[in-house]
Amino acid sequence: MSKQMTGAKMVVQALKDQGVEVVFGYPGGAVLPIYDELFLQNDIRHILVRHEQGAVHMAEGYARSTGKPGVALVTSGPGATNAVTGLTDALMDSIPIVVLTGQVPTFMIGTDGFQEADTVGITRPCTKMNWLVKDTAKLSDTIHQAFHVATHGRPGPVLIDIPKDVQFATADYVPAEKAKISHYQPRTEGDRDQIARLVELIESAERPVFYTGGGVINSGPRASQLLRELVAETNFPITSTLMGLGSYPASGKNWIGMLGMHGLYEANLAMHGCDVMINIGARFDDRITGRIKDFSPRSKKAHIDIDPSSINKVIRVDVPIVGDVTKVLEEVLRQWRARGSKTDQRGLSQWWKQIDEWRAVKCLAYKNSTTTIKPQYALERLEALTKGMDRYICTEVGQHQMWAAQFLGFEDPNRWMTSGGLGTMGYGLPASIGVQIAHPDALVINVAGEASWLMNMQEMGTAMQFRAPVKQFILNNERLGMVRQWQELLHGERYSSSWSESLPDFVKLAEAFGCKGIKCDDPKDLDDAIMEMIRYDGPVIFDCLVEKHENCFPMIPSGKPHNEMLLSADAEAFRSGAVLV
Amino acid sequence: MSALNIKKGSTSHSAYDLRSANSEVEASHTLAVIVENEPGVLARVIGLFSGRGYNIDSLTVAEVDHTGHRSRITIVTRGTPAVIDQIEAQLKRMVPVHEVQDLTAEGPSVQRELALVKVKGKGDHRIEALRLAEIFRANVVDSTLESFVFEMTGTPEKIDAFADLMRPLGLVEIARTGVAGLKRGA
Repeated sequence: MSKQMTGAKMVVQALKDQGVEVVFGYPGGAVLPIYDELFLQNDIRHILVRHEQGAVHMAEGYARSTGKPGVALVTSGPGATNAVTGLTDALMDSIPIVVLTGQVPTFMIGTDGFQEADTVGITRPCTKMNWLVKDTAKLSDTIHQAFHVATHGRPGPVLIDIPKDVQFATADYVPAEKAKISHYQPRTEGDRDQIARLVELIESAERPVFYTGGGVINSGPRASQLLRELVAETNFPITSTLMGLGSYPASGKNWIGMLGMHGLYEANLAMHGCDVMINIGARFDDRITGRIKDFSPRSKKAHIDIDPSSINKVIRVDVPIVGDVTKVLEEVLRQWRARGSKTDQRGLSQWWKQIDEWRAVKCLAYKNSTTTIKPQYALERLEALTKGMDRYICTEVGQHQMWAAQFLGFEDPNRWMTSGGLGTMGYGLPASIGVQIAHPDALVINVAGEASWLMNMQEMGTAMQFRAPVKQFILNNERLGMVRQWQELLHGERYSSSWSESLPDFVKLAEAFGCKGIKCDDPKDLDDAIMEMIRYDGPVIFDCLVEKHENCFPMIPSGKPHNEMLLSADAEAFRSGAVLV
Repeated sequence: MSALNIKKGSTSHSAYDLRSANSEVEASHTLAVIVENEPGVLARVIGLFSGRGYNIDSLTVAEVDHTGHRSRITIVTRGTPAVIDQIEAQLKRMVPVHEVQDLTAEGPSVQRELALVKVKGKGDHRIEALRLAEIFRANVVDSTLESFVFEMTGTPEKIDAFADLMRPLGLVEIARTGVAGLKRGA
């Protein structure tokens, strides 16, 4: 039963067929027919953003917090080029989003028409796949394909460029179930023999560590469940990348904290000293490995990843397993249990003793103050006052992001939205709106730095218009904190352009947007101020004036191995001189 | 910060790990990539090579299955074994890529290139060019009183050798197709 309709109507119909409830977008000449169709229906909600970059980050926040693909709709030319940062961000962090762009009519393509850009050319390297649809008859099929590609295999952003005449023309609509079956069917089952080798490694390991990443979260809630079973039954220590936080609960007894450049001392030393490393859905990013040739020199490494190109890309592994984390962990548990659930208990208890010694270093210790709010203290209080609430956390990029990862605890997957791979300042505010739209009753907090936050602050207008009560918790040190830290430690204290001059008055700014502004600069007032932020029924801009020169520790400078970590002078071990192992 | 001996004022540290290039030996590999023949597919494949810093020594592409809309791209590239593995994995995960064969690594293969070689000359040079062309089994496809265009197929090495011999005899221009290759056997 094919049904004739215009390309514009097809777009809306295909989105409905794909279960899309929300579209983040911004209209313009080349997408007006689609906006006309959106106007004539009530199933899909459109969230009008203030800048197309915001639309894509909102779609990312929506996708990360729900596990469903996020959708953005923007016009041709500048609309499409403004979406590029968000697309690249989603590509680096494997976030499934579908971006629809308008294009000048097919007969004008190549003539340098008004608001024409070579969108598929520009976005080819920053999408998993993109399409320019020149024929309305192929439009619905292409949209269904796009959703398939975005959500299968390693997830990622896709883009469909739709010329305006294709939106006006009429053709048969192809429903999702009748769409051409895509040849893109990545492997999801792990190789059983390789899994058997991993099981042997689990049985014989004396100093094992699970190193988990965003792949566990992308694989769905069942993957986190299986991971928790495997950790509980093996009693192995587990660390995670920035992207993987929440797949294993921070309160879990085997949790040794985040690893990497600003990871915990015990996590990085466990990675360095382990004899068996089991990488589940992480990709040996350079912020994780430090100097490659000294990375975990004595370990056998297993790597579970759905993307074959992630395996052996940076670090050579002994047991490569290409597959979906859920399916692979099911098979790992099945084989290991069938062989009697064995581990090296003696080795393991020694290993835990060693890890506990590293833990005693208390690498996150900092010198608190009664007069100035320390950023770490602000996050400790935020954690204490919001723990147990139905809470989602977003961040911008920089010191505050690392402190948030260190001081906030995540109990479940999909609760932590941060720009990991690309490190996009300006991600957090729009992402928090995307999360709030998906979870209207939840407490959504964007932990921000004042510099990052200003990059997309126009989206407060979106938050107000759509009554998204997002809480913008800005740790304001009047500096580009992470840049300042590198300049202090590595560039001879030459603070080149790293201070935030001419900052706005954030309380007045909040008033100008029509939301609530709170300013706090005294540790004694902080708890009350945070509670006021939580209780306020609407968006809040919280200007938390913090210590200006605080550095984020631990820190592994680039190109250094895990065991050459900089610790805060306040960490216990630094005083006793036991920093290096 | 004594643990690291990072001196104040030091500028030798980078935000990235500046490693020296991998010292492993590079080798030439011929890859056959079967792709969906859709707009932009060649740009996508080439973009992967330029974006990730891989080499392309030669490249040929044509649709080989008109009903199934499949094209065959043959790429000659260079790299260490790890880089070649990575290129193959990166190609395989691209959505429009159906199959990737490493003709160099996966057993014996036939690899051929076609060249058109224009040689200008008179007298002895002209006779010598024609004689050498016969030895190389090159055909004359165009002739004037003072020039030939030879057509020849062979391995890239054979074409290089022919071009080297023609240079002193008046080689003016050469057009090469790049390598096409197939695995030997059934």
